[in-house]
Amino acid sequence: MASAHSIPSIEERFEFTSGAKRNLLIGGGVGLALILLGAYLAATGGSGHEAAAHGAEHAAAAGHAATEHATEAAASEGHHATSWMTRIWANLWVNAVYFTGISVVGMFFISYNYLAQAGWSAVFKRVPEALPAFLPVTGVVMLITFFLGGHDLFHWTHEGLYEVGGPEYDHIIAGKKGFLNTPFFVFRLVFYFAVWYWLWRVIRKLSLQEDEIGGTEFYEKSIRFGTAFLVVFGVTSSTSAWDFVMSIDTHWFSTMFGWYTLASWHVAGLAVITLVVVMLRERGYLRAVNSSHLRDLGKFIFAFSIFWTYVWFAQFLLIYYANLPEETIYFIERFRGHGGFFKAPFFITLFLNFFFPFLVLMTRDAKFTHSILKVACWSVIIGHYMDFYTNIMPGTLGANAGFGPLEWGFFLLFICAFGYSIATQLEKANLIPRNHPMLEESLHHDIA
Amino acid sequence: MAELSGKYLVGVYDDDDTVLHAVPKLRKAGVKIKEVYSPFPIHGLDEALGHPRTRIGIAAFMFGVTGCCVALTLMIWTMGIDWPMIIGGKDPISVPNYIPITFELTVLFTAFGMVITFFISNGLGPGTHFHPRFDERSTDNKFVMAIDLGRNSMSADEISRALKDSGAEEVNIKQF
Repeated sequence: MASAHSIPSIEERFEFTSGAKRNLLIGGGVGLALILLGAYLAATGGSGHEAAAHGAEHAAAAGHAATEHATEAAASEGHHATSWMTRIWANLWVNAVYFTGISVVGMFFISYNYLAQAGWSAVFKRVPEALPAFLPVTGVVMLITFFLGGHDLFHWTHEGLYEVGGPEYDHIIAGKKGFLNTPFFVFRLVFYFAVWYWLWRVIRKLSLQEDEIGGTEFYEKSIRFGTAFLVVFGVTSSTSAWDFVMSIDTHWFSTMFGWYTLASWHVAGLAVITLVVVMLRERGYLRAVNSSHLRDLGKFIFAFSIFWTYVWFAQFLLIYYANLPEETIYFIERFRGHGGFFKAPFFITLFLNFFFPFLVLMTRDAKFTHSILKVACWSVIIGHYMDFYTNIMPGTLGANAGFGPLEWGFFLLFICAFGYSIATQLEKANLIPRNHPMLEESLHHDIA
Repeated sequence: MAELSGKYLVGVYDDDDTVLHAVPKLRKAGVKIKEVYSPFPIHGLDEALGHPRTRIGIAAFMFGVTGCCVALTLMIWTMGIDWPMIIGGKDPISVPNYIPITFELTVLFTAFGMVITFFISNGLGPGTHFHPRFDERSTDNKFVMAIDLGRNSMSADEISRALKDSGAEEVNIKQF
């Protein structure tokens, strides 16, 4: 019986102070103000880059008409008048997809730690456990965005593509109709969120019951539900990546895309977990988390930045080397298309997600130094936002894309809302799990 | 290795915990410990012994940078400058194509460089024949502490007594 061995109990309540609440609300307010400003600028056509470069881009697009997809060019012409609304939908979609990923990675982290019966992570388990609470928010945002703006974001929602003999008929997209159709898409969207969220609720409930009652029963049940989640997520992480991101560039496909998006979500989630742990420590909480825990978290970010780069590069190199037009179009669009607008985010992504964390987190001491960890975490968090930006924007906005107050505002708003959600969850339970069978091992975690 | 020759006091312990607690006690009493040999790694022993941190990480980074530069130079020179070749319709110097080999050579140089550095700095590897064994039981079930008498100002008797007090089962003298 596990109860024969006493488990140390550390009482530590997180207090979501009114100051922190105020800061997050101000941040969200600033985000909202930036969105309004950006929307106003975009609607009146005075928004920075794209207004000036617009004419040139259109000329370039016309010049490339032979190589570029004719119907897509036509589509972007047609939506010209409402492009600022499309930009709002696209921004909502980028952020919702990104924060969905980070949230669900909290669950992913807990699950593989349960499955591996890992001891070290028990002490800060509440942090990853707090992330998936944000899933309903992003889920609802995605549903609304899809219903209101899906037609602008997803080329495959256009009915004309499937009319045999019609002017817009597209043989390739029509062939994907079995998968890419609105009812099935909405079903999958709801299914992902329902299953992810439900499994998280189960694990969360077991975790809170373990706090009150104790014993190994909850731990063993959590292993089973965690394993079930991993099985589900093994499939749904790939299919959701196809749905949320890859289907935007409807013609194009990559068999590595599921992995690639999972890698992106995973390392961003790890960065958020680490960032929250470090921020809690700076505020005097989680003193039981020692330098070994931090170093392991740092290693996690270091390793998965490299993993993301590996998958990114594997996908890129194969397409680059094989040189098949229907595949290279994806990178050419990001390199040269739309007036070369996406070249900067394309390379910024690589820098923030690989070179910077790789060099900064390489030494041993950097991985437990709060300030360096924080910088590396922010680099990864912003870098993977840019990653999703580069993946989603060219196929949705193309030449109308921009990077201005609208983009900053949405990102800020989502970060503050996410932070609010995490802090609310952390406040609900003892910050260090009680009665967790692995807690003692975790407290003595020492990798020398 | 010449620096190991001399006269040593060898304390033999029966338990990893005992030896781990003996180390700070002895160091506090002024005994300079050469090394502790154990059949398995003991958590916290390195810190207790006050060994300086290994610098092999720095060496590894240098080897990695060397490998990276060698690979890029080799490929850019041979494929792009000395005998430009167009493969798969790519430019003679097309960096994406070079990345896998650059990665391989970086790893290769790092791995070999680290092993060679490790061998040299520890006096191991082919051509070295001097492997002092303070007590062979340190590969089996005993924990062995070596104390270089030449580097200690305390007398052998004093150290011997301190070793016994700290829990050593036996204290032997070893001469190389």
